[in-house]
Amino acid sequence: MVEAAERPIAEGLFVETTEGPRLIGSRCRDCGTVTFPKQNSCAYCAGADSEEHLLAPRGELWTWTVQRFRPKTPPYNGPEEFEPFGVGYVELPGECRVESILTTADPEELRIGMEMELTLIPATGPNGEAARTFAFAPAGPPTERNER
Amino acid sequence: MSEDVAIVGTGLHPFGRHPGVSGLEMAAIAAREACVDAGVKWEDIEFSAGGSEAAGNADTSVSLLGLTGIPFINVSNGCATGGSALTTAHAMIVAESADLALVVGFDKHPHGAFNLLPEEWGIGSWYGETGLMLTTQFFAMKIQRYMQLYGISDATLAKVASKAFSNGARNEKAWRRQPISAEEVAGSRMISDPLTQFMFCSPGEGAAALVLAKGEKASSMPVDPVYLRSVAFRTRKFGSFEVLSPSIPVEDGVPPTTEAARAAFEEAGIGPEDIDVAQLQDTESGAEIMHMAETGLCADGEQEQLIAEGATEIDGRLPVNTDGGCLANGEPIGASGLRQVVEVVEQLRGRAGDRQVPNDPKVGFTHVYGAPGVSACTVISR
Repeated sequence: MVEAAERPIAEGLFVETTEGPRLIGSRCRDCGTVTFPKQNSCAYCAGADSEEHLLAPRGELWTWTVQRFRPKTPPYNGPEEFEPFGVGYVELPGECRVESILTTADPEELRIGMEMELTLIPATGPNGEAARTFAFAPAGPPTERNER
Repeated sequence: MSEDVAIVGTGLHPFGRHPGVSGLEMAAIAAREACVDAGVKWEDIEFSAGGSEAAGNADTSVSLLGLTGIPFINVSNGCATGGSALTTAHAMIVAESADLALVVGFDKHPHGAFNLLPEEWGIGSWYGETGLMLTTQFFAMKIQRYMQLYGISDATLAKVASKAFSNGARNEKAWRRQPISAEEVAGSRMISDPLTQFMFCSPGEGAAALVLAKGEKASSMPVDPVYLRSVAFRTRKFGSFEVLSPSIPVEDGVPPTTEAARAAFEEAGIGPEDIDVAQLQDTESGAEIMHMAETGLCADGEQEQLIAEGATEIDGRLPVNTDGGCLANGEPIGASGLRQVVEVVEQLRGRAGDRQVPNDPKVGFTHVYGAPGVSACTVISR
């Protein structure tokens, strides 16, 4: 787990609730379209009346890959000693498909359709400071918390 | 079919790495070659459009070509730069604002993957800081899902790249001219699963130019014209899975490639079944496979069989990327879209040499795709 003192990599991206982290999206009050990150206008109906909407913390892996070379800096702020990481889109039912780092980079552990769960992982902020960002991890069997 | 706009000249600066030659110099070389091919002088050109992503403003090339005072529109539209320049020149000729136009696309990128900054693409800086600002990830994830949905194999990905290098070996202006077997492609370093190093094109350098003429004028010129039957350019609609998207909707939308291809075929009055030679955006092997279906040249899933039987090779029934595509030519963003048009024109004129499609091809098709979800397609025929 990351230290509570570490700042989110960006404001307005996710919050921590008593039931775990949640991504902050937006929902169009006119047509119900959900987007992440939150935005003021709707890409579907062009409506300009959106409300903040916390996205579901679990969903299904829609697709995935593994980032196997170190991305260029800037903009990448990760460590010089690069470790490959998984990347995927997770479909949150009825909301949207969110692109995310995955907590595993092992193709054997990844398959389309598997259950994934939101978590927070260490990251490096714009000035080299320790921060945290969101990621999805393969979900265990549903727990009492997740069923609620 | 419309004979409003003819392509009367082509020019291509070799693709690859050219230390000491600027992008603008490559543009001027391609432009001069296109004029010579058309039998016209630069001062005969009445309108020009062109651009690059990273190698300067196209209109400054007039200082190398000659200061004739013509209207010259700079286009900066990412991977659709060439297609947008062509769309602009086509429209100017149809509108009778010019009888003779030149379009040019060129670029000169540094080594390595494209280095995009999120702020320039309307995305928060966190996206780049955490390592998500990579087009390679998108293409890998798109083909990963497509392979599972439509039964495309890893072996087919490798065959597409191997075919590109084999075609590049037959093209004296290509960058990668060494044949690479499908086994070597499959065995090269994994970049972004399921795509290996040799399945990706590399940013590079090069320039391409075309001289367009009003149809009536072309018939009086001492050239062998082919006709630009249509050019269509589209941006993404809601729901299509596009590069650099922190989220996408749960409902699937129609990709810009499909929209642009449909519009191009409709305007030309020619269907995908009539195409004798096609150039498709092959940023990586998977893109060529998916774009075959998105453009309507085949059905989803049919690619596995088509590629296994060699249908997309130069002597196959649907030759694709006969000049080696982006895989063998590299990706100078501003030049790629026009390179494809140059190649189709060469094929239709029977001037493609070692890589000539047999049996006198009559109808060609080109398709570019790029960030953040743009596509331009053309239908060209004799």
